[in-house]
Order: sequence, then structure tokens, then C-alpha cells
Amino acid sequence: MAKRFQIQQMPGFRTIAVVTFVLLYMPIFLLVIYSFNAGTSIAIWEGFSWRWYVSAWDNQQVQEATIRSLVIAFWASAISTTLAVLAALATTRTRKFKGQAAVFAMINQPLMVPEIVTAVALLIFFAMIKVATGYTGLMYLVIAHTAFCIPFAYLPIRARLIGMDLALEQAAADLYAPPFRVFTRITLPQLWPGILAGAMLAFVISLDDVVITEFVKSAGQDTLPTYMLGQLRRVVTPEVNAISTVLLGISVTMVVAFTALSKLKT
Amino acid sequence: MTDSAPPASYATVAEKRASRVRWMLLAPALAVLLFAASGPLLITLVYSMLTPADYGGVIWEPTGDAWFNVFMQRDIFDDTLSWSSAHLSIFWRSVKLSLMTTVGCIIFGFPTAYFIATRPKQQRDMWMLLIIIPFWTNILIRTFAVVELIRNEGTINTLLMWTGLIDEPIQILFTEFSILVGMIYVYLPLMVLPLYASMERLDFSLVEAGYDLYATRMKVLRRIILPLVKPGVIAGSILVFVPSLGAYVTPRVMGGGNQLMIGNLIELQFGQGRNWPLGAALSITLLAIVMVALMAYVRTAGKEGPGHG
Repeated sequence: MAKRFQIQQMPGFRTIAVVTFVLLYMPIFLLVIYSFNAGTSIAIWEGFSWRWYVSAWDNQQVQEATIRSLVIAFWASAISTTLAVLAALATTRTRKFKGQAAVFAMINQPLMVPEIVTAVALLIFFAMIKVATGYTGLMYLVIAHTAFCIPFAYLPIRARLIGMDLALEQAAADLYAPPFRVFTRITLPQLWPGILAGAMLAFVISLDDVVITEFVKSAGQDTLPTYMLGQLRRVVTPEVNAISTVLLGISVTMVVAFTALSKLKT
Repeated sequence: MTDSAPPASYATVAEKRASRVRWMLLAPALAVLLFAASGPLLITLVYSMLTPADYGGVIWEPTGDAWFNVFMQRDIFDDTLSWSSAHLSIFWRSVKLSLMTTVGCIIFGFPTAYFIATRPKQQRDMWMLLIIIPFWTNILIRTFAVVELIRNEGTINTLLMWTGLIDEPIQILFTEFSILVGMIYVYLPLMVLPLYASMERLDFSLVEAGYDLYATRMKVLRRIILPLVKPGVIAGSILVFVPSLGAYVTPRVMGGGNQLMIGNLIELQFGQGRNWPLGAALSITLLAIVMVALMAYVRTAGKEGPGHG
């Protein structure tokens, strides 16, 4: 007998899979490589240099957009994670309650409604408020980001809560610990990896958002992604590659950390 | 809700208290969502029934014009009614490209998910991480990475001209084809994730039984594997189709303003078009199509039984 018959093998599947992985990563690799190009081209290699990172760093618009992106992502992830913890405590480990379907529909709405629709809806609503109050600050972006980050923070926290052992909390309650004390001393320490995972997910989602930010932002409120979207209309230099590479680095770090966190045993 | 009830048993009092605590815990999240997600959606619905103001915004006079203009148009000279060919062609392009994206993602995603699911157990997480990383990477960056590859001064054209195969760059960018390539690239992970989830649970003793009964590889794939992983295929198709239909960034960057999809048509009404009610009506139309697709999915998923997808 020649080769052993492999029941799991399908002809051509391995080839397509390898091609898929190559196609998936080749554009990203090229993007990263050309961020180090000494020339102004994004296709002709002229030697290694940090010049585009330096030029991005010195670009005042990029600086401001970066700070704005980080501020929004920080507040949106902090607030949405806090709200998601409370919501997860209310909706997990309980029996079915009245209005449960409506609550889940509301929490998951940002996942189901197309982003462009939410963006337009927020544009309309916030335009009304802007006219009525005259306020045009960053709060609109923070609130919009907080809303669409809630489901992303909620899911890992809820998953962690479901996997947690109720016995410890019951034991604490049996020993006359008041509910709040049970929460801070028993529930919270166990829930921590889920909270961290949810916060990181929310942070990345907020940092990466293009569509909703593009519609909600007032003049001069570019975040890094909307700044890049504006730049793509012009002649593109490797500076955009440099900014992309940094953002890419942040996302990859967060994802790897997130994966490690969600594997932690309860 | 907590009006003074007749003396209740200890259990119902506890239950009432639990319910009050639950709603107190939920209140902040629901308030934010109401303010910045559900509420604005209702206002959009109202806006779709108002009259557009000259410089954006609305005049509070109810009219059905915006909804009429979603698919129809009135001739400005002789008032005759006709289908709005511009809007219809954009809707058709969106649906067509989204279906093609879904099929493209299945062609690349199915073998890939199968490949990962048949790796040794300790390797699978590593392969899946390679799928998840692009999934969590900025959609704009990934679209831009593909643009760099296919634009006239991009890697592919430069390489082809350098080898002398072509004298002039091939125009790939700013075509329907480039939008399709971009969307398949961007949404592929959404197909692989649910496909892998259902393939990982695949019972290969059934496959072995098929071979023992002299089935060919094609027959095993069609008659045994496909029916078993069908929930994953359906879930993946929905996950790809829905965002494709509402895509905004990829057609904007890849289509260069000529090849509009619904998302770009909506944006146009809030920019140059200055017709907010029409933009609102188009948004609600898009939302309705998406909801129908999602509901159809829930139906089929329910029929397939729990534990899958």
C-alpha cells in the first residue's frame, strides 16, 4: 500500500487554506515594511529609515488626533465597562425576567444595526442637541463610543460570570457578609479577568472606529482613523503606513492579551 | 412598580426586591443606550417623514416625499412618475456585491476553517489567532493595505511593469471588482469564525463510516460534512452579508466615489445632497433589509436545533 488513506483530508483544501493565510497577511506585511521605506513611494523600496515615524510624530495634526483618540477610547472603555459589569450582574445567573428580551435587544443593538445607520441617527440627534445647547465638545463622541462599546464589554464579562462558582458567594452570605461586601471580596476578584478583557475589547473597538466618529465629530475633532480617512484622498506617503503600523501594533498586543485573559481558569 | 401590595409571602417580597435591584443595575447602561443608540433611531424614523431644509436639517412639516424618493422619482418637467434608476442601481449593486462577497468568503473560508479544524488540537488555537488578529484590526488599515497593493502605483502594478509583462498599469482600484476584493478581504474572518466553531465539533467517525461504505471524497463532503456544518455556513453567511450590505468605508476607499453602495448613498444625502429626510428614509430601508435577513437567520437557526452556530 502506498500512502495511508487520511480520512480528514480533502483534496485542494490545504492549498486554498495556505493561499488564504498568505493573502490575508501579505497586504499587512507590505504595509508594515513600506512604513520603513526611505523614499516617498509605497511601492518602490529605497532602503530602511525611521523618517516616516519621525514625520508622523512631528505632525501636529497627528499628535492632536492621537491624543483625542486615546482620550475618547479611555473614557468610552472605562464607562462602558463599568456599565457592562452592572448590566451583566443584573442579567446573569437569574431566572428569566419580564422585559429580558427587550433588554438583550437594546444591549446588542450596536452589534446588529449597520454602523452607517447608527452614525446617521446620531448625526441627526446630536445636531438637534448642538442647536439647542450650543455645546460642541468631545462629550458627543465619548457618549457615542460608550454606547457601541457596551455590548463588546458586556460579552466577556457575562461569559466569565456564567462560568463562576456560586458556592463561594453563598458561603460568604451564609457567614453573614453583607451583599456589597460579598461583591467586593468574592465576586469582583473572580470577575477581574473578564472585566479586564471587556475593557480591552472596548478600548480597541473605540480606537478603531471610523464610521460613527466620522459622522458625529464636529469640525476639528479628527481621531486617528478619521484623520487617515481624510489623508487617503490625497497623495499617500508612507507616513500613513507608519501610523497604521503603530495602530496595528496596539491592536495585536490587545488581542493576544485578551486571548490569554479569556483562557484564565475561573 | 413597588406600590404597596397586600401582605405577601416572604418569597414574593424577596423576588420584588431582586427585581428592583436588577433594574437599578441595568438603568445606567440602558440610559446610555437609549440616549445614543435606540432613541436616535426613533428620531431618524421621524425625520424620514419631514421636509428637507435648504441647507441640511429639516422643516417640521410632515410629508411622504422622502419615502417616495427611495425607489421612485417624479419628472421635474411633466410630473410623470418612474422608478428611480439611480437608487435602484445602487441598491442592486449593494445586494449583488454583498452576495458575491458572501460566496467569495465561503470559497476561501470553508477550506480554511476545515484546515484549522483538522489540525492537532494544540495547534488549532494558534491558527485561529491568525484569523482573529485581522478581525480586530482597524477596517480602514486593512482596506488601505489592499489599496496599496492594487493601486496604479501599487505593488502589483509596479512589479508587473518591472518584469515587462505590461507597459501601463492595470486599473484595478475604483472598480466594482476592487470593492469586492476589499470586502472579501475585510469580512473573511467573520466567515471563518462560525465555520470553525461548527467544524471543530464534527464527528469524524461519521466521515470514516462514509468511506467504509465506499463513498468518494466528493460524496462524503456533500452528503456528510456539508449537512453537519450547515449551521456554521448559514451563520457565517449572515455575519458577512449584513455588514457588507451596510459597508461604508470599503466602497468609499475602494470605489473612489464612482461605485456607490447604499452606505455611500446615505452619506451623500447628509453631505452634498442636503436631503436629510431622504437619508433617514434610506437608512431605515437598509435597517429593514438587515432585520429581515437576521430574522430569516433566527428562523433557520431555530429549526436546525440548539447547540450550533
